[in-house]
Amino acid sequence: MASFKVNGRSVTADVDDSTPLLWVLRDSLNLTGTKYGCGVAQCGACTVHLDGQPVRSCVTPVADVEGASVVTIEQVGSGRIGQAVQKAWVEKDVPQCGYCQSGQVMSAVALLRDNAAPGDADIDEAMEGNICRCGTYGRIRAAIKVAAANLN
Amino acid sequence: MTEPSIMDRIGPAWRAAAGTDMSRRRFIKLTGASGLAVGLVSAGAAGAATPKGVAGKLKPGQQPGAFVHIDRKGVVTIQINRLEFGQGSQTGLARILADELDADWSSVRAELAPAGEAYKDPAFGLQMTGGSNSIQNSFTQYRELGARVRAMLVEAAARKWKVDAATVRTRAGRLIAADGRSAGYGEMSEAAMALPVPASVTLKKSGEFRLIGKPANRLDAADKSTGRQTFGMDMRRPGMKTVLIARPPHFGGTVASFDAAQAQAVKGVDSAMQVELDRGATGVAIVADGFWPASMGRDRLKIQWKAPAELPDSRKLDAQFGALLGRDGLPARAGDLSGMAGAKKTIKADFHFPFLAHAPMEPLNAVIEMSGTGDGRRCDIWTGTQFQTIDQATVAKILKLKPQQVRIHTMFAGGGFGRRATPTADYLADTARVMKAWLAAGRSEPLKVVWTREDDIRGGYYRPLTMHRAEIGLGEDGRIAAWKHTIVSPSILKGTPFEAFLVKDGVDGTAVEGVADTAYDLPIAVSVHHPAVNVPMLWWRSVGHTHSAFVMETLIDRIAREAGRDPVALRRDLLGKHPRHLAALDLAVRKSGYGKKSLPAGRAWGTAVHESFRSVVAHVVELSIEDGAPTLHRVTSAIHCNLAVNPRSVEAQIEGAVLMAIGTTLDGAEITLRDGVVEQSNFDSYAMPRMPDMPPVDVHIVPSGDPPTGVGEPGLPPLAPAMANAIFALTGKPVESLPIRL
Repeated sequence: MASFKVNGRSVTADVDDSTPLLWVLRDSLNLTGTKYGCGVAQCGACTVHLDGQPVRSCVTPVADVEGASVVTIEQVGSGRIGQAVQKAWVEKDVPQCGYCQSGQVMSAVALLRDNAAPGDADIDEAMEGNICRCGTYGRIRAAIKVAAANLN
Repeated sequence: MTEPSIMDRIGPAWRAAAGTDMSRRRFIKLTGASGLAVGLVSAGAAGAATPKGVAGKLKPGQQPGAFVHIDRKGVVTIQINRLEFGQGSQTGLARILADELDADWSSVRAELAPAGEAYKDPAFGLQMTGGSNSIQNSFTQYRELGARVRAMLVEAAARKWKVDAATVRTRAGRLIAADGRSAGYGEMSEAAMALPVPASVTLKKSGEFRLIGKPANRLDAADKSTGRQTFGMDMRRPGMKTVLIARPPHFGGTVASFDAAQAQAVKGVDSAMQVELDRGATGVAIVADGFWPASMGRDRLKIQWKAPAELPDSRKLDAQFGALLGRDGLPARAGDLSGMAGAKKTIKADFHFPFLAHAPMEPLNAVIEMSGTGDGRRCDIWTGTQFQTIDQATVAKILKLKPQQVRIHTMFAGGGFGRRATPTADYLADTARVMKAWLAAGRSEPLKVVWTREDDIRGGYYRPLTMHRAEIGLGEDGRIAAWKHTIVSPSILKGTPFEAFLVKDGVDGTAVEGVADTAYDLPIAVSVHHPAVNVPMLWWRSVGHTHSAFVMETLIDRIAREAGRDPVALRRDLLGKHPRHLAALDLAVRKSGYGKKSLPAGRAWGTAVHESFRSVVAHVVELSIEDGAPTLHRVTSAIHCNLAVNPRSVEAQIEGAVLMAIGTTLDGAEITLRDGVVEQSNFDSYAMPRMPDMPPVDVHIVPSGDPPTGVGEPGLPPLAPAMANAIFALTGKPVESLPIRL
């Protein structure tokens, strides 16, 4: 049993304490925008914001988020940075299969929150944990720069 | 000049075997739909017409054979006869139809069609997505549909306005009379529905296209940027349970005994069932309320496994394959090798390519639900698949149903790269077998069967382990006097429904494509060995070209060095009869600055050009070696794919193919086996290219108005050899294997 906030809403998850946040979001709360890709924090498809910080929800036991505030891809666009990132993603026609993009967007928003004008090296470092099998990395780089420019 | 690929041979052969004749398809109006709805039906196809009384309840897109629906508000909904898994066919095919329809692009929606007769590839007679064929094979089909619907709207307007139809123009979803009267498509849709579908129409001339050939963003970009896009993995049905399967550690292994007591004790675990699996294996399925209980339950199973007789081991396979290189195999191409005796110089090279897993970002999954009784018995499956016709037949057989009782709802897929097109329908067959066991246990709730990443990486269906040997004799003038080429590559088609008509004289064309049909003017003789190996193998984005292009294109650079020639100039000489190759090569070379721009110290150029899936791609790379690893600074690419329907999508596919090819060069990008067990299991042991691996990629498209050719795959084959050629230029040491280890 764990109680926390998801996208501003208070929730209580009656699941085993070891259950990763990812499966609470997907199976208990039907928030399926957050994706399962590897289960071992290697691909970043499950990235959410926990008290503002990007975390891999697939290895975050729900017991660890007791009392915390979680924001997912379903809500991140309501913020100024999230909105700018998603707009830039569409403008640069980033997605291909799209499965990794929720995680990519969540990581990009976290980057721009810390660094208003990231360069290529900053982007590489912040985004290295998010795998895209379709090869959209070049467009992600460009979209992050577009979002940064629009925010400044 | 284009050589048909193996995928081009699959369809006609399948069609002949299945006795279907797609040319007998008729255009039809659909009943019961409001607005205007037009589709396709095979002449004489049973059950193709919508049953009476049902039509009114179905949305137009759910009716058999539906392709286009225009509602009264003018919203155009187009059914896409392909899987959308990143390649952009959903947008591309919609634009093709919308162009002939003269639709307002902002009013166009596109949905993925379910399994159905009408959605079979018009050339192949098989519903499938592969071989880079979606646009090339459905280009005319979608234009014909759009033009017919437009003609019906024009005729309806002409009758209403009492004018000659020839005087009615269309523009962006509106009908316009010569006197200025106008109406939206939606307003005229019901009147058009009362008219017959014209038997013939005139298609636009290429200069008249308004959407085709113009860059456009994807229809799904916003949903995929906001988490709203639903994939197979996100499908949920009332009462649904989640299933994970404990699979044997060896391919074809079986359960000797199992103890599920601890698994059953996990809260949320419903059942543990022994199930039959792909390739004669058995396993244990855990049925639970959600993924995590299923995972905990699976971890707590105690299973005694029985191993199969053959336990493949990479070291032994390498030795076995290597020994075969020294023997002549089955002839794949005859050639005059008499020049070898008088050769002044020889190049002898052996190449090694590992097993590769597709590893699409969305692990395999399917939701299966049974309903009805008797003749109304039905099985619904929601999944992302490239091979609906095969899947439908396979699932039907397992569940003892007729294929038309199995409804496959095509979901958007998180990548595939060939993994979702299995001749055995393996992941859907396993899903059906789990349902069979579930029904046998007296249960009937819908099930979602999920593969974990470990299940995916260790689950086989790999790009085959492959070796090549080339012995090339050069004359005094550096000319190629003789080329003896031997390939060792297991057949991916043997043992499948395709074997009987596709493995010709013992040769599986997917193993020799790109060599036996090389565009270079060469005195080459090719033979091939297909050793049997107890590992499931499959096509992997660009199939045999993944290795053949590497071999051919690196050998050309080695010949150039021996002959004292510029490698680009040598290619141009040997490609004299192939204008599309020359056009792509010249464009990439010119845009890159090769031969004009001088590179910083430590950097070198590398070039490669290769045809696959009827298109030609050339890459010119700038590369240096940093900390012992090849580092790309820029890739300049050119593609000749004839008419580029959506240039922005073509660029995206080349960028993606470049990245996937870079992935094949990375240390750790290989599947190996030890005593029958796959040694990799997740992204921590099977290397994936990441953001820092992606160089800037400039894509250029050779202008052409000819009917479109493939785009999804052709960008991949020439990239790794271009990198290897740059490394060769820097170090003087040839690269003879992937991944690249310096």
